[in-house]
Amino acid sequence: MKVDKQLVDKLANLSKLNFTESEEQEIIKDLNKMVDFVDKLKEIPVDGVEPLIYMIDETNVMREDEVKMEITKEEALKNAPLADSDYFKVPKVLKKK
Amino acid sequence: MSFEFSSILQMQEDVRLGKISCRDIVSHYIAVIETKKHLNVFLEVFAEEAFQKAEATDNKIKSSEKTGKLFGCVVALKDVISIKGKNVTASSQILKNFTSLYNATVVERLLAEDAIIIGRTNCDEFAMGSSNENSSFGNVLNDLDNTKVPGGSSGGSAVAVQAGMCMVSLGTDTGGSIRQPASFCGVIGMKPTYGRVSRYGVIAYASSFDQVGPFAKTADDAALILEVIAGKDEHDATTSILPVEEYSKEIRNQKSAIKYKFAYYPQAIGHEKVDPEIREAIYNTIEKLKADGHSVEAKDFKYLDYLVPVYYVLTTAEASSNLSRYAGIHYGYRDKGATEMEDVIRNSRSKGFGKEVQRRIMLGTFVLSSGYYDAYYTHAQKVRQIIRNETENILSQYDYIILPTTPTTAFGIGQIKDPIEMYLADIFTVQAPITGNPAISVPLFRHSNGMPFGLQIIGKRYKEKELLSVTKLLQQGY
Repeated sequence: MKVDKQLVDKLANLSKLNFTESEEQEIIKDLNKMVDFVDKLKEIPVDGVEPLIYMIDETNVMREDEVKMEITKEEALKNAPLADSDYFKVPKVLKKK
Repeated sequence: MSFEFSSILQMQEDVRLGKISCRDIVSHYIAVIETKKHLNVFLEVFAEEAFQKAEATDNKIKSSEKTGKLFGCVVALKDVISIKGKNVTASSQILKNFTSLYNATVVERLLAEDAIIIGRTNCDEFAMGSSNENSSFGNVLNDLDNTKVPGGSSGGSAVAVQAGMCMVSLGTDTGGSIRQPASFCGVIGMKPTYGRVSRYGVIAYASSFDQVGPFAKTADDAALILEVIAGKDEHDATTSILPVEEYSKEIRNQKSAIKYKFAYYPQAIGHEKVDPEIREAIYNTIEKLKADGHSVEAKDFKYLDYLVPVYYVLTTAEASSNLSRYAGIHYGYRDKGATEMEDVIRNSRSKGFGKEVQRRIMLGTFVLSSGYYDAYYTHAQKVRQIIRNETENILSQYDYIILPTTPTTAFGIGQIKDPIEMYLADIFTVQAPITGNPAISVPLFRHSNGMPFGLQIIGKRYKEKELLSVTKLLQQGY
């Protein structure tokens, strides 16, 4: 498996990250090393093995479905970098031509 | 008033007898924290609240009111654990000014038992690292040798106990982040069974691996802290309903005549990365255990070199998903210059996250992306199952697995530059979080280079009492 510029661009887009050209060269190098390193897992045959997904054995532990007010609107907005008294604010998404 | 800490119970007896007050104890720790400021352990010290809690406790004792199990106990918390009204940053610029809206469940439980929270400690950014060099608030220094790292990611919490800046502390362990720094700093560090301690209010790195656990000087103190923080939590559906034993009482009354069955992997102790003195110390301990009537047997474990790769595929995948919430919109750092929605998100994340965090998000996105998902992510989940089956198989025949905690003692600051080499610092600590088993690093040894190192023991799931019990045995006689 070879990680190239095209794949890194795609991953950066999916990850919502920007890299400068020199950073990109570095991340291509690092990812190639990391992918080579984890490629070792292909040596282990896994035919017929179910993936391990849940780490605890207990299933269907039920509780009442109660509505609780634990955080107020004011609190929820408190840490926002940009907000008014009711909403989080972002740049306009739909713009007039 | 001078104060010498030996154990939580001893301290509580002294307070009850009026030999010292909680207020004096807090003054002592605030003074040590000030003297050892250069270690860069604390991101924030809660002096005012600590004194308030101390005075309230002193008053309770004066008026013979009931006190909690942890009264007078001065605790430091890794800065991924939320305390209502305080900042919590995961040592990241992206959360620099974030204020917690609620207490983590572990904090609720500590406070309910009258613990005194003294401050929040530095760590690797988002708990990703093995040396504390990935903190965006600077390195933490090892108190025994300031040119050495404390280990990571819970480096600040380890040094806080090592340097006597608190009595006990909490860290989180995803691949060794409690046990590895405990080994480097010469203190006890314990990762409980997955599901034993609530993760509610704890900033996530890899949700199927993360566990909160204690650093302490003695098994008794670790036991007391664990029994307070452990147990079912309605806010965390992955906590187990199994009852929590009174670990501290149980191990206080333990009989020394119990004989255990240990397994060890010759491939691990003989691994080329293991420092010869560490190898020798572990073999000597094995011989001593045998001489004392315990059974210790070599066991073949053929997955050793696959552990770190499994760990990196799965934890980076979970991290890339967990860290998608940092978008510069609801909370955290925002690039104010961005005028497009897409740029707000991308610029904020690119400026807010450090290099190692970005690297892991990228690898995680890769293993989860269409076309690679089955070959990497699902494949690693299957290998995780194989490793768990093999570990369960070993622990069906033995009580414990003995391993070195770390292949080396604390390395120099700036010494390891290659990320893969850094990842291999966790070679012996990743097995337990991969399988969900509890594990502990017991500070038994001192290298001729002056630095400490630990013996690691992996136990059966939910057998924390047994793990603490054997820790106590080892600390007393080895």
